[in-house]
Amino acid sequence: MNKVVDMDKSAVNPAIMGNPEKKIGQQTLIFPSRPVIASTATIAGPKEGEGKLGNRIDRLLEDNLDGQSSWEKTESSMLEWALREAAGKAGGLSTVEVILAGDLLNQLMATHFGIRNLGLPFLGLYGACSTFSMGLLLAGIIVDGGFANKVAIGVSSHHNTAERQYRFPTELGVQRPPVAQWTVTGAGAVVLAKTGEGPAITCATIGKIIDMGETDPNAMGPAMAPAAADTIAQHLLDTGRDPKYYDLIATGDLGTVGKTLLIAFLKDKGVDISHNYEDCGCMIYHKEQDVHAGASGCACSALVFCAEFYRLMRAKAMKRLLLVATGSLHSPTSYQQKETIPCIAHAISIEI
Amino acid sequence: MALFETAKKNRYQEQFEQVKPKPPLLKNLVWAFVVGGLICVIGQMIQDAILKVGLGKKEAAAMTSVVMVFLGALLTGLGIYDDIGKRAGAGSIVPITGFANSIVSPAMEFKREGFILGVGAKMFVVAGPVIAYGMVAAFFVGLIYWLRH
Repeated sequence: MNKVVDMDKSAVNPAIMGNPEKKIGQQTLIFPSRPVIASTATIAGPKEGEGKLGNRIDRLLEDNLDGQSSWEKTESSMLEWALREAAGKAGGLSTVEVILAGDLLNQLMATHFGIRNLGLPFLGLYGACSTFSMGLLLAGIIVDGGFANKVAIGVSSHHNTAERQYRFPTELGVQRPPVAQWTVTGAGAVVLAKTGEGPAITCATIGKIIDMGETDPNAMGPAMAPAAADTIAQHLLDTGRDPKYYDLIATGDLGTVGKTLLIAFLKDKGVDISHNYEDCGCMIYHKEQDVHAGASGCACSALVFCAEFYRLMRAKAMKRLLLVATGSLHSPTSYQQKETIPCIAHAISIEI
Repeated sequence: MALFETAKKNRYQEQFEQVKPKPPLLKNLVWAFVVGGLICVIGQMIQDAILKVGLGKKEAAAMTSVVMVFLGALLTGLGIYDDIGKRAGAGSIVPITGFANSIVSPAMEFKREGFILGVGAKMFVVAGPVIAYGMVAAFFVGLIYWLRH
Protein backbone atom coordinates (compact mmCIF):
# COMPACT_ATOMS: atom_id res chain seq x y z
CA MET A 1 0.00 0.00 0.00
CA ASN A 2 2.79 2.37 0.97
CA LYS A 3 4.52 1.68 -2.28
CA VAL A 4 1.53 2.88 -4.29
CA VAL A 5 1.48 6.18 -2.41
CA ASP A 6 5.20 6.64 -3.06
CA MET A 7 4.71 6.08 -6.74
CA ASP A 8 1.97 8.70 -6.85
CA LYS A 9 4.28 11.17 -5.17
CA SER A 10 7.06 10.56 -7.63
CA ALA A 11 4.66 11.15 -10.49
CA VAL A 12 3.94 14.71 -9.43
CA ASN A 13 7.17 15.74 -7.77
CA PRO A 14 9.59 17.16 -10.35
CA ALA A 15 12.48 16.76 -7.91
CA ILE A 16 12.09 13.00 -8.30
CA MET A 17 10.84 12.96 -11.87
CA GLY A 18 13.26 15.53 -13.22
CA ASN A 19 12.07 18.67 -15.01
CA PRO A 20 9.76 18.30 -18.01
CA GLU A 21 11.76 18.76 -21.20
CA LYS A 22 10.57 22.32 -21.86
CA LYS A 23 11.03 23.64 -18.35
CA ILE A 24 14.22 24.90 -16.77
CA GLY A 25 14.67 25.70 -13.10
CA GLN A 26 11.55 26.29 -11.07
CA GLN A 27 9.34 28.57 -13.12
CA THR A 28 10.79 29.05 -16.59
CA LEU A 29 9.46 27.52 -19.79
CA ILE A 30 11.58 27.32 -22.91
CA PHE A 31 10.27 27.45 -26.46
CA PRO A 32 12.82 25.53 -28.59
CA SER A 33 10.90 26.16 -31.82
CA ARG A 34 11.28 29.94 -31.27
CA PRO A 35 7.77 31.21 -32.15
CA VAL A 36 8.05 34.45 -34.09
CA ILE A 37 6.25 37.72 -33.44
CA ALA A 38 5.11 38.22 -37.03
CA SER A 39 3.33 41.55 -36.63
CA THR A 40 2.11 44.15 -34.15
CA ALA A 41 -0.57 46.84 -34.21
CA THR A 42 -1.28 49.78 -31.92
CA ILE A 43 -4.09 52.24 -31.38
CA ALA A 44 -4.29 54.91 -28.68
CA GLY A 45 -6.12 57.97 -27.40
CA PRO A 46 -5.25 61.64 -27.95
CA LYS A 47 -3.31 62.04 -24.68
CA GLU A 48 -1.06 59.12 -25.62
CA GLY A 49 -0.73 60.68 -29.08
CA GLU A 50 0.75 63.81 -27.48
CA GLY A 51 3.14 61.63 -25.49
CA LYS A 52 6.56 60.16 -26.22
CA LEU A 53 5.30 57.43 -28.58
CA GLY A 54 2.81 59.65 -30.42
CA ASN A 55 4.25 59.36 -33.93
CA ARG A 56 4.94 55.61 -33.62
CA ILE A 57 1.37 54.52 -32.92
CA ASP A 58 -0.54 53.11 -35.90
CA ARG A 59 -3.80 54.93 -35.26
CA LEU A 60 -4.69 57.75 -32.88
CA LEU A 61 -8.21 58.58 -31.74
CA GLU A 62 -9.32 62.21 -31.91
CA ASP A 63 -11.07 61.96 -28.55
CA ASN A 64 -11.62 59.36 -25.83
CA LEU A 65 -15.02 58.39 -27.25
CA ASP A 66 -14.16 58.08 -30.96
CA GLY A 67 -17.79 58.37 -32.06
CA GLN A 68 -19.03 55.51 -29.85
CA SER A 69 -21.89 55.86 -27.39
CA SER A 70 -19.86 54.73 -24.35
CA TRP A 71 -16.23 54.48 -23.27
CA GLU A 72 -16.57 50.72 -22.93
CA LYS A 73 -17.62 50.51 -26.57
CA THR A 74 -14.64 52.64 -27.55
CA GLU A 75 -12.31 50.28 -25.69
CA SER A 76 -13.88 47.27 -27.42
CA SER A 77 -13.58 48.89 -30.84
CA MET A 78 -9.92 49.72 -30.19
CA LEU A 79 -9.18 46.11 -29.31
CA GLU A 80 -11.04 44.83 -32.36
CA TRP A 81 -9.21 47.28 -34.61
CA ALA A 82 -5.79 46.33 -33.19
CA LEU A 83 -6.45 42.59 -33.61
CA ARG A 84 -7.72 43.04 -37.17
CA GLU A 85 -4.78 45.27 -38.06
CA ALA A 86 -2.13 42.93 -36.57
CA ALA A 87 -3.74 39.93 -38.26
CA GLY A 88 -3.97 41.86 -41.54
CA LYS A 89 -0.22 42.54 -41.44
CA ALA A 90 0.47 38.83 -40.86
CA GLY A 91 -1.52 37.13 -43.58
CA GLY A 92 -5.11 38.02 -42.73
CA LEU A 93 -7.61 37.38 -39.97
CA SER A 94 -8.73 34.06 -41.45
CA THR A 95 -5.25 32.58 -40.91
CA VAL A 96 -5.38 33.22 -37.15
CA GLU A 97 -6.35 30.05 -35.26
CA VAL A 98 -6.73 31.28 -31.70
CA ILE A 99 -7.17 34.70 -30.08
CA LEU A 100 -5.96 35.35 -26.54
CA ALA A 101 -7.11 38.69 -25.16
CA GLY A 102 -7.92 40.55 -21.98
CA ASP A 103 -8.54 43.93 -20.36
CA LEU A 104 -9.12 45.49 -16.94
CA LEU A 105 -12.89 45.60 -16.76
CA ASN A 106 -15.25 43.34 -14.82
CA GLN A 107 -16.14 40.18 -16.76
CA LEU A 108 -13.60 41.28 -19.42
CA MET A 109 -16.29 43.49 -20.92
CA ALA A 110 -14.09 45.36 -23.39
CA THR A 111 -12.54 42.12 -24.65
CA HIS A 112 -15.67 40.04 -25.03
CA PHE A 113 -17.56 42.71 -26.94
CA GLY A 114 -14.53 43.52 -29.06
CA ILE A 115 -14.01 39.87 -30.04
CA ARG A 116 -17.62 38.84 -30.65
CA ASN A 117 -17.66 39.84 -34.33
CA LEU A 118 -14.34 38.21 -35.20
CA GLY A 119 -15.72 34.66 -35.30
CA LEU A 120 -12.51 32.98 -34.14
CA PRO A 121 -11.65 30.56 -31.32
CA PHE A 122 -10.97 32.70 -28.26
CA LEU A 123 -9.70 32.47 -24.69
CA GLY A 124 -10.20 35.43 -22.35
CA LEU A 125 -7.37 36.29 -19.95
CA TYR A 126 -7.29 38.30 -16.76
CA GLY A 127 -3.97 39.28 -15.26
CA ALA A 128 -4.72 42.98 -14.77
CA CYS A 129 -1.87 44.94 -16.36
CA SER A 130 0.24 41.77 -16.69
CA THR A 131 -2.18 40.38 -19.29
CA PHE A 132 0.07 41.22 -22.24
CA SER A 133 2.97 39.05 -21.10
CA MET A 134 0.52 36.41 -19.87
CA GLY A 135 -0.94 36.30 -23.40
CA LEU A 136 2.49 36.06 -25.03
CA LEU A 137 3.46 33.28 -22.62
CA LEU A 138 0.34 31.23 -23.30
CA ALA A 139 0.58 31.87 -27.05
CA GLY A 140 4.18 30.64 -26.87
CA ILE A 141 2.97 27.42 -25.24
CA ILE A 142 0.24 26.95 -27.87
CA VAL A 143 2.52 27.56 -30.85
CA ASP A 144 5.57 25.76 -29.50
CA GLY A 145 3.39 22.87 -28.38
CA GLY A 146 2.20 22.46 -31.94
CA PHE A 147 -1.44 23.28 -31.20
CA ALA A 148 -1.66 26.22 -33.61
CA ASN A 149 0.50 27.90 -36.21
CA LYS A 150 -0.78 31.39 -35.63
CA VAL A 151 -2.12 32.96 -32.44
CA ALA A 152 -3.21 36.58 -32.01
CA ILE A 153 -2.83 38.31 -28.63
CA GLY A 154 -4.61 41.55 -27.82
CA VAL A 155 -5.00 43.73 -24.73
CA SER A 156 -6.75 47.02 -24.10
CA SER A 157 -7.30 49.62 -21.41
CA HIS A 158 -9.12 52.94 -21.33
CA HIS A 159 -8.55 55.75 -18.85
CA ASN A 160 -12.23 56.55 -18.38
CA THR A 161 -13.53 52.96 -18.13
CA ALA A 162 -10.84 52.17 -15.56
CA GLU A 163 -11.49 55.34 -13.56
CA ARG A 164 -15.22 54.73 -13.26
CA GLN A 165 -14.73 51.08 -12.29
CA TYR A 166 -11.81 51.41 -9.90
CA ARG A 167 -11.97 54.99 -8.64
CA PHE A 168 -14.29 57.99 -9.03
CA PRO A 169 -16.58 59.46 -11.67
CA THR A 170 -14.31 61.25 -14.12
CA GLU A 171 -15.88 64.68 -13.55
CA LEU A 172 -15.47 64.56 -9.76
CA GLY A 173 -13.14 67.31 -8.58
CA VAL A 174 -10.60 65.28 -6.61
CA GLN A 175 -6.86 65.68 -6.23
CA ARG A 176 -4.79 62.67 -7.29
CA PRO A 177 -1.81 61.87 -5.06
CA PRO A 178 1.65 62.25 -6.65
CA VAL A 179 2.24 58.48 -6.52
CA ALA A 180 -0.84 57.78 -8.71
CA GLN A 181 -0.46 56.66 -12.31
CA TRP A 182 -2.57 57.37 -15.38
CA THR A 183 -4.36 54.48 -17.12
CA VAL A 184 -3.40 54.36 -20.78
CA THR A 185 -6.18 54.62 -23.35
CA GLY A 186 -5.23 52.23 -26.11
CA ALA A 187 -4.91 48.71 -27.37
CA GLY A 188 -2.05 46.64 -28.69
CA ALA A 189 -2.06 43.35 -30.56
CA VAL A 190 0.56 40.94 -31.82
CA VAL A 191 0.47 37.82 -33.96
CA LEU A 192 2.68 34.95 -32.87
CA ALA A 193 3.52 32.52 -35.67
CA LYS A 194 5.29 29.19 -35.92
CA THR A 195 7.52 30.39 -38.73
CA GLY A 196 8.54 33.69 -40.29
CA GLU A 197 10.83 36.64 -39.87
CA GLY A 198 11.11 38.71 -36.74
CA PRO A 199 11.85 38.66 -33.03
CA ALA A 200 11.19 35.30 -31.40
CA ILE A 201 9.94 34.29 -27.98
CA THR A 202 12.63 32.05 -26.54
CA CYS A 203 11.56 31.51 -22.96
CA ALA A 204 9.15 32.79 -20.35
CA THR A 205 8.95 32.81 -16.57
CA ILE A 206 5.57 32.38 -14.92
CA GLY A 207 5.29 34.69 -11.92
CA LYS A 208 4.00 34.01 -8.43
CA ILE A 209 1.55 36.22 -6.55
CA ILE A 210 3.51 38.47 -4.22
CA ASP A 211 1.78 40.64 -1.63
CA MET A 212 3.97 42.99 0.37
CA GLY A 213 1.12 44.46 2.36
CA GLU A 214 0.44 47.60 0.33
CA THR A 215 -3.16 48.73 0.77
CA ASP A 216 -3.31 52.01 -1.16
CA PRO A 217 -4.73 51.37 -4.64
CA ASN A 218 -3.14 54.65 -5.76
CA ALA A 219 0.29 53.13 -5.11
CA MET A 220 0.10 50.26 -7.58
CA GLY A 221 3.64 50.68 -8.91
CA PRO A 222 5.19 50.32 -5.45
CA ALA A 223 2.83 47.40 -4.72
CA MET A 224 3.89 45.58 -7.91
CA ALA A 225 7.64 46.20 -7.72
CA PRO A 226 8.36 43.20 -5.41
CA ALA A 227 6.43 40.90 -7.77
CA ALA A 228 8.53 42.12 -10.69
CA ALA A 229 11.68 41.66 -8.62
CA ASP A 230 10.71 38.11 -7.72
CA THR A 231 10.04 37.12 -11.33
CA ILE A 232 13.19 38.78 -12.68
CA ALA A 233 15.38 37.16 -10.01
CA GLN A 234 13.77 33.77 -10.63
CA HIS A 235 14.18 34.14 -14.40
CA LEU A 236 17.89 34.89 -14.04
CA LEU A 237 18.32 32.00 -11.61
CA ASP A 238 16.41 29.51 -13.80
CA THR A 239 18.21 30.48 -17.01
CA GLY A 240 21.62 31.07 -15.41
CA ARG A 241 21.74 34.41 -17.19
CA ASP A 242 23.32 37.63 -16.02
CA PRO A 243 21.13 40.79 -16.21
CA LYS A 244 23.65 42.05 -18.81
CA TYR A 245 22.58 39.23 -21.14
CA TYR A 246 19.67 41.46 -22.06
CA ASP A 247 19.95 44.71 -23.97
CA LEU A 248 16.95 45.82 -21.99
CA ILE A 249 14.88 44.57 -19.08
CA ALA A 250 11.51 46.34 -19.23
CA THR A 251 8.79 46.18 -16.61
CA GLY A 252 5.17 46.87 -17.50
CA ASP A 253 3.84 49.77 -15.46
CA LEU A 254 5.70 50.36 -12.22
CA GLY A 255 5.92 54.10 -12.81
CA THR A 256 8.69 56.35 -11.51
CA VAL A 257 8.30 55.36 -7.86
CA GLY A 258 7.96 51.63 -8.51
CA LYS A 259 10.96 51.76 -10.81
CA THR A 260 13.19 53.22 -8.10
CA LEU A 261 11.91 50.64 -5.61
CA LEU A 262 12.50 47.72 -8.00
CA ILE A 263 16.12 48.67 -8.61
CA ALA A 264 16.73 48.97 -4.85
CA PHE A 265 14.82 45.78 -4.08
CA LEU A 266 16.83 43.73 -6.59
CA LYS A 267 20.08 45.29 -5.39
CA ASP A 268 19.26 43.90 -1.94
CA LYS A 269 19.01 40.46 -3.55
CA GLY A 270 22.39 40.98 -5.21
CA VAL A 271 21.05 41.63 -8.72
CA ASP A 272 22.08 44.85 -10.43
CA ILE A 273 19.77 45.90 -13.26
CA SER A 274 20.38 49.66 -13.04
CA HIS A 275 22.29 49.83 -16.35
CA ASN A 276 19.82 48.20 -18.72
CA TYR A 277 16.45 48.67 -17.11
CA GLU A 278 13.47 50.82 -18.05
CA ASP A 279 9.79 50.83 -17.16
CA CYS A 280 7.15 51.04 -19.90
CA GLY A 281 5.06 53.23 -17.58
CA CYS A 282 7.76 55.90 -17.85
CA MET A 283 7.84 55.75 -21.67
CA ILE A 284 4.31 56.84 -22.62
CA TYR A 285 3.75 60.37 -21.31
CA HIS A 286 5.90 63.46 -21.12
CA LYS A 287 6.50 64.95 -17.69
CA GLU A 288 4.55 68.09 -18.67
CA GLN A 289 1.42 66.01 -19.26
CA ASP A 290 0.92 65.98 -15.49
CA VAL A 291 0.15 62.29 -15.06
CA HIS A 292 2.19 62.16 -11.83
CA ALA A 293 4.07 58.83 -11.45
CA GLY A 294 3.66 57.62 -15.05
CA ALA A 295 1.40 55.34 -17.07
CA SER A 296 -0.41 52.13 -16.19
CA GLY A 297 -2.95 49.74 -17.70
CA CYS A 298 -2.92 46.64 -19.89
CA ALA A 299 -2.16 48.75 -22.94
CA CYS A 300 0.90 50.33 -21.30
CA SER A 301 3.37 47.47 -21.85
CA ALA A 302 1.59 46.46 -25.07
CA LEU A 303 1.88 49.92 -26.66
CA VAL A 304 5.52 50.33 -25.69
CA PHE A 305 6.44 46.85 -26.92
CA CYS A 306 4.42 46.98 -30.15
CA ALA A 307 5.24 50.57 -31.09
CA GLU A 308 8.81 50.89 -29.85
CA PHE A 309 10.65 47.70 -28.81
CA TYR A 310 9.34 45.65 -31.75
CA ARG A 311 10.51 48.30 -34.21
CA LEU A 312 13.95 48.47 -32.55
CA MET A 313 14.25 44.68 -32.61
CA ARG A 314 13.30 44.43 -36.27
CA ALA A 315 15.94 47.06 -37.01
CA LYS A 316 18.38 44.95 -34.92
CA ALA A 317 19.02 47.96 -32.70
CA MET A 318 17.87 45.80 -29.79
CA LYS A 319 18.55 42.08 -29.80
CA ARG A 320 17.56 40.70 -26.43
CA LEU A 321 14.62 41.95 -24.43
CA LEU A 322 13.13 40.73 -21.17
CA LEU A 323 9.58 42.05 -20.99
CA VAL A 324 8.08 41.82 -17.52
CA ALA A 325 4.49 43.06 -17.53
CA THR A 326 3.22 43.60 -14.00
CA GLY A 327 -0.33 43.24 -12.68
CA SER A 328 -2.04 44.53 -9.58
CA LEU A 329 -4.74 41.98 -8.81
CA HIS A 330 -6.96 43.98 -6.45
CA SER A 331 -10.60 44.88 -7.04
CA PRO A 332 -12.72 47.81 -5.83
CA THR A 333 -14.41 45.38 -3.42
CA SER A 334 -11.13 44.01 -2.02
CA TYR A 335 -9.96 47.58 -1.42
CA GLN A 336 -13.16 48.50 0.43
CA GLN A 337 -12.78 45.37 2.56
CA LYS A 338 -9.32 46.67 3.56
CA GLU A 339 -7.43 43.85 1.81
CA THR A 340 -3.82 44.29 0.78
CA ILE A 341 -2.92 44.20 -2.93
CA PRO A 342 -1.74 40.89 -4.44
CA CYS A 343 0.54 41.44 -7.42
CA ILE A 344 2.03 39.36 -10.19
CA ALA A 345 4.56 39.64 -13.02
CA HIS A 346 5.38 37.33 -15.92
CA ALA A 347 8.64 37.60 -17.85
CA ILE A 348 9.02 36.98 -21.57
CA SER A 349 12.41 36.69 -23.19
CA ILE A 350 12.29 38.02 -26.76
CA GLU A 351 15.34 37.66 -28.98
CA ILE A 352 16.37 38.20 -32.58
CA MET B 1 8.25 32.32 9.15
CA ALA B 2 5.20 34.55 9.62
CA LEU B 3 7.32 36.88 11.74
CA PHE B 4 9.97 36.99 9.04
CA GLU B 5 7.30 37.79 6.43
CA THR B 6 5.94 40.64 8.54
CA ALA B 7 9.43 42.06 9.04
CA LYS B 8 10.05 41.86 5.30
CA LYS B 9 6.78 43.67 4.57
CA ASN B 10 7.49 46.35 7.15
CA ARG B 11 10.94 46.90 5.73
CA TYR B 12 9.47 47.31 2.27
CA GLN B 13 6.86 49.76 3.52
CA GLU B 14 9.67 51.79 5.10
CA GLN B 15 11.58 51.79 1.82
CA PHE B 16 8.44 52.94 0.05
CA GLU B 17 7.83 55.76 2.53
CA GLN B 18 11.37 57.02 1.87
CA VAL B 19 10.88 57.38 -1.89
CA LYS B 20 7.18 58.23 -1.87
CA PRO B 21 6.69 61.62 -3.54
CA LYS B 22 5.17 64.14 -1.14
CA PRO B 23 2.34 66.38 -2.30
CA PRO B 24 3.47 70.03 -2.69
CA LEU B 25 1.89 71.10 0.60
CA LEU B 26 2.42 74.87 0.43
CA LYS B 27 1.25 75.12 -3.19
CA ASN B 28 -1.83 73.03 -2.41
CA LEU B 29 -2.63 75.11 0.66
CA VAL B 30 -2.38 78.38 -1.27
CA TRP B 31 -4.58 77.03 -4.08
CA ALA B 32 -7.16 75.71 -1.63
CA PHE B 33 -7.21 78.99 0.29
CA VAL B 34 -7.53 81.19 -2.80
CA VAL B 35 -10.10 79.07 -4.66
CA GLY B 36 -12.12 78.27 -1.52
CA GLY B 37 -12.03 81.96 -0.59
CA LEU B 38 -13.08 83.04 -4.08
CA ILE B 39 -16.08 80.68 -4.03
CA CYS B 40 -17.13 82.21 -0.70
CA VAL B 41 -16.65 85.76 -2.04
CA ILE B 42 -18.86 84.94 -5.03
CA GLY B 43 -21.43 83.46 -2.65
CA GLN B 44 -21.35 86.62 -0.53
CA MET B 45 -21.78 88.83 -3.60
CA ILE B 46 -24.78 86.81 -4.71
CA GLN B 47 -26.30 87.03 -1.23
CA ASP B 48 -25.79 90.79 -1.12
CA ALA B 49 -27.43 91.16 -4.52
CA ILE B 50 -30.42 89.08 -3.43
CA LEU B 51 -30.75 91.11 -0.21
CA LYS B 52 -30.79 94.28 -2.32
CA VAL B 53 -33.66 92.93 -4.41
CA GLY B 54 -35.61 92.90 -1.15
CA LEU B 55 -35.71 89.31 0.07
CA GLY B 56 -35.42 88.59 3.78
CA LYS B 57 -32.18 87.33 5.33
CA LYS B 58 -33.38 83.70 5.67
CA GLU B 59 -34.76 83.59 2.12
CA ALA B 60 -31.59 85.21 0.74
CA ALA B 61 -29.40 82.54 2.40
CA ALA B 62 -31.51 79.74 0.89
CA MET B 63 -31.55 81.47 -2.50
CA THR B 64 -27.73 81.85 -2.38
CA SER B 65 -27.34 78.10 -1.78
CA VAL B 66 -29.58 77.40 -4.74
CA VAL B 67 -27.56 79.66 -7.02
CA MET B 68 -24.21 78.23 -5.82
CA VAL B 69 -25.43 74.65 -6.30
CA PHE B 70 -26.55 75.62 -9.79
CA LEU B 71 -23.13 77.11 -10.58
CA GLY B 72 -21.33 74.02 -9.25
CA ALA B 73 -23.56 71.75 -11.32
CA LEU B 74 -23.13 73.91 -14.43
CA LEU B 75 -19.33 73.93 -14.15
CA THR B 76 -19.36 70.15 -13.62
CA GLY B 77 -21.49 69.70 -16.72
CA LEU B 78 -19.14 71.89 -18.74
CA GLY B 79 -16.21 69.74 -17.56
CA ILE B 80 -14.53 72.61 -15.71
CA TYR B 81 -15.10 71.74 -12.04
CA ASP B 82 -12.81 68.69 -12.04
CA ASP B 83 -10.01 70.86 -13.42
CA ILE B 84 -10.56 73.35 -10.61
CA GLY B 85 -10.68 70.49 -8.08
CA LYS B 86 -7.43 69.03 -9.37
CA ARG B 87 -5.61 72.18 -8.24
CA ALA B 88 -7.75 73.44 -5.37
CA GLY B 89 -8.43 70.14 -3.57
CA ALA B 90 -10.47 70.79 -0.44
CA GLY B 91 -10.84 74.43 -1.53
CA SER B 92 -13.44 73.35 -4.06
CA ILE B 93 -14.70 70.19 -2.30
CA VAL B 94 -15.80 71.79 0.99
CA PRO B 95 -18.05 74.62 -0.30
CA ILE B 96 -21.58 73.75 -1.41
CA THR B 97 -20.44 73.85 -5.07
CA GLY B 98 -18.35 70.75 -4.29
CA PHE B 99 -21.43 69.03 -2.97
CA ALA B 100 -23.17 69.79 -6.27
CA ASN B 101 -20.14 68.40 -8.13
CA SER B 102 -20.26 65.18 -6.10
CA ILE B 103 -23.86 64.56 -7.16
CA VAL B 104 -23.76 65.79 -10.75
CA SER B 105 -20.54 63.97 -11.70
CA PRO B 106 -21.83 60.43 -10.98
CA ALA B 107 -25.20 61.36 -12.50
CA MET B 108 -23.38 62.29 -15.72
CA GLU B 109 -21.07 59.30 -15.52
CA PHE B 110 -23.84 56.71 -15.20
CA LYS B 111 -26.31 58.20 -17.69
CA ARG B 112 -25.28 55.45 -20.13
CA GLU B 113 -26.72 52.86 -17.75
CA GLY B 114 -30.16 54.51 -18.04
CA PHE B 115 -32.16 57.00 -15.97
CA ILE B 116 -33.37 54.50 -13.34
CA LEU B 117 -30.43 52.16 -12.63
CA GLY B 118 -27.84 54.65 -13.87
CA VAL B 119 -28.55 58.27 -13.00
CA GLY B 120 -31.14 57.60 -10.30
CA ALA B 121 -29.32 54.82 -8.48
CA LYS B 122 -25.74 56.08 -8.82
CA MET B 123 -26.32 59.80 -8.29
CA PHE B 124 -25.56 59.54 -4.58
CA VAL B 125 -22.57 57.15 -4.61
CA VAL B 126 -20.25 59.94 -3.53
CA ALA B 127 -22.63 62.26 -1.64
CA GLY B 128 -24.68 59.45 -0.06
CA PRO B 129 -22.53 59.06 3.08
CA VAL B 130 -22.50 62.85 3.55
CA ILE B 131 -26.30 62.94 3.44
CA ALA B 132 -26.75 59.85 5.65
CA TYR B 133 -24.32 60.90 8.39
CA GLY B 134 -25.34 64.54 8.03
CA MET B 135 -28.86 63.51 8.96
CA VAL B 136 -27.64 61.44 11.92
CA ALA B 137 -25.56 64.38 13.16
CA ALA B 138 -28.51 66.75 12.65
CA PHE B 139 -30.71 64.43 14.70
CA PHE B 140 -28.33 64.48 17.65
CA VAL B 141 -27.78 68.22 17.48
CA GLY B 142 -31.55 68.65 17.34
CA LEU B 143 -31.94 66.36 20.34
CA ILE B 144 -29.47 68.39 22.39
CA TYR B 145 -31.21 71.63 21.36
CA TRP B 146 -34.62 70.18 22.29
CA LEU B 147 -33.38 68.99 25.70
CA ARG B 148 -31.87 72.36 26.57
CA HIS B 149 -34.92 74.43 25.65
